[in-house]
Amino acid sequence: MFKPVKIMDLPEEEMILPGTRLCPSCAPQLAYRFILKALGPKTIVTVPASCMTVVHGMQGATPVKVPVLNTTFETVAASASGIVASLKNLGKDKEVTVLAIAGDGGTVDIGIQGLSGAAERNTDMIYCCYDNEAYMNTGIQRSGSTPFGAITTTTPINGKLEHKKNMGMIMEAHGLSYIATACASYPQDLYAKFVKAKEMKGQGLRYIHVLAPCPPGWGFDNKLTIEIGRLAVKTGFWPMYEIIHGKMELSKESKRLVDPTKRKPLEEYLTPQRRFRKLNPSQLQEIKKYVNDTWETINKRVSC
Amino acid sequence: MPRVMLLKGNHAAAYACKSARVGVVAAYPITPQSPVVEKISEFVESGELPGTQFVKVESEQSAITAVIAASATGSRVFTASSANGLMYMFELLPWAAGTRLPIVLCIATRAVAAPWSVWTDHTDAFMTRDCGWITFFSENNQEIYDTVLMAYRVAEDPSVYLPAFSAYDGYILSHTQMPVQVEDIEVVDQFLPPLKHHINLTDFDNVKGVGPVTLPHPPDRHEFGHAPGYFEYKFAIQRSLERSLPEIKKVHKEFCEIFGRSYGNGIYKTYRMEDAEVAIFAVMSVASESRLAVDYLREQGVKAGLVSLKVFRPFPIEDLRKAFKNVSNVVVFDREIGYGYEGVLSYELKAALYKSSTQPDIKGYIVGLGGRDITYQQIAKGVKDALAMESVNENLIETDYIGLELDKLEFLKREGGY
Repeated sequence: MFKPVKIMDLPEEEMILPGTRLCPSCAPQLAYRFILKALGPKTIVTVPASCMTVVHGMQGATPVKVPVLNTTFETVAASASGIVASLKNLGKDKEVTVLAIAGDGGTVDIGIQGLSGAAERNTDMIYCCYDNEAYMNTGIQRSGSTPFGAITTTTPINGKLEHKKNMGMIMEAHGLSYIATACASYPQDLYAKFVKAKEMKGQGLRYIHVLAPCPPGWGFDNKLTIEIGRLAVKTGFWPMYEIIHGKMELSKESKRLVDPTKRKPLEEYLTPQRRFRKLNPSQLQEIKKYVNDTWETINKRVSC
Repeated sequence: MPRVMLLKGNHAAAYACKSARVGVVAAYPITPQSPVVEKISEFVESGELPGTQFVKVESEQSAITAVIAASATGSRVFTASSANGLMYMFELLPWAAGTRLPIVLCIATRAVAAPWSVWTDHTDAFMTRDCGWITFFSENNQEIYDTVLMAYRVAEDPSVYLPAFSAYDGYILSHTQMPVQVEDIEVVDQFLPPLKHHINLTDFDNVKGVGPVTLPHPPDRHEFGHAPGYFEYKFAIQRSLERSLPEIKKVHKEFCEIFGRSYGNGIYKTYRMEDAEVAIFAVMSVASESRLAVDYLREQGVKAGLVSLKVFRPFPIEDLRKAFKNVSNVVVFDREIGYGYEGVLSYELKAALYKSSTQPDIKGYIVGLGGRDITYQQIAKGVKDALAMESVNENLIETDYIGLELDKLEFLKREGGY
């Protein structure tokens, strides 16, 4: 049974010092802050080319208090595999958590081969995809994780014509011990999931997919970061769940949304975002259908 | 006790990894490299290499990435590949050098596709030229074993801290058995002490951000002074490569003292060069075949000798100027093409001898691409043809091809040639 964490239970120590180079109201950074609180100082992080490269600062200065190995865009899971192998070789694997954290492009597109390999090899690591739903660091190009209808710099007129990849299900097909979806707007839930992933050390790759709103990429006011993420969950667009050894359980915020009448109207999530400004009624209908279909699949699983 | 074993070239490399007590191996299958890592998996699964981790990755790109990460974490690492596999690693090759990691990577050379060819030529090894790695070549299986050990010593030296390739011909060495002396591991331990890593990500008291963004200019870190910019990092690699040459010689000398085997001065090897008037310049399989060509030419009264390059990067300019000081002609046999120019060894040697006090005439041939045999008779003929050309001197700038069989192609005759 999933126990939410109280805000007062979170560790006070910040693992990321103030003054990083990310945009104001960046949700990936917010998520990363709570991820490192959950994993603690005995963590080695590896990051591919992404906004996470930016977090870790320029040569000669890093605001992050744990060791970090940068790597190329597509290789973060292999990089983590190498760290894990070396820790085993040095007899230090029991005491250290290895985290690979990549964006959606580095995970669902260019990095999926390495991730699939690391998962199949039961690599003792946590893999986090922070999903801001496009190539934000290179200037908002469409990715395999961009939702249907979203305007990006490479879908500038029609919006994206395809739905986003269902990465949770792709990872489940690998038979992982732990899969979770989370959202940067629910830091306590996020924190608890990373604590659980950490505690499941020795059980292969644990995968957590975090929806992380991006103010410049999605086109909303900086002050709305938390709100937009919560609306993604409350409208049912982003179901939050855990799959532990094959058993799916909905997280607290998503549980009641099994009942469609409990979901907020999808327009409340889409309208404040400029990336959805060109949605026509049939496209809106298509997204609604996508959300309903997603939930029907979930309902079948959680009800039996 | 040292043990003489009958080993294929690939297995000689694997035994060298065992002798070096390699901690992490990651590799992906490709012909003709695969038996290296098959043998290492045997060592790991049988418990002969206790503690060693073999990451059986899903691609070469992940292989090189995993050894980069394992090296940065603090382990001695190894990988191997050939041709297209090596090409698939390419993005990470400058990354490994830029992160200053003492990785050793064996290349069982193979022609690069398309079209497919599993047989040897040296294109793959030469294409990695500008990645910031040290490149060693070997001519026989004992040399493969010895070179891997020396490569670790050089790469792990604090004045160097750069990755190294150890290349040898696919099939000709990789799949051919020769007697190889495998040394006593305790003696190897003296030659190659445990890695003291300069990065060591597990040092939590001294947290590092490895491989971050750099700037065009050295950023001012106030009380910490200026941090290097990108340019300074690249310059440092270049300097370390230059400084690796004396280090290679030193390590080679020490290796020779301990194990009693030597390879020229560690940088290049010579054969019958003492009184030579014409020198063959070649590497790996072409160099070993050239030894026979030298004897053959000598029988016919041509005072020939051989310079076989052992270290291709850094390119040993001073050594080569010395090596070719007393010859009037050099004939270069390249088993690759520097497309749009000529054979790579040929043009690199020309550049190295530019403005040297003695400038021999240099003639280049392309030979043996895609595994085509290159015989000592062909090499000898190439040398004699080059010497005959010298009188006219005009063909010296042109590259010729030995062993091309255009005359067999009927369609070419119909169409009037390429």
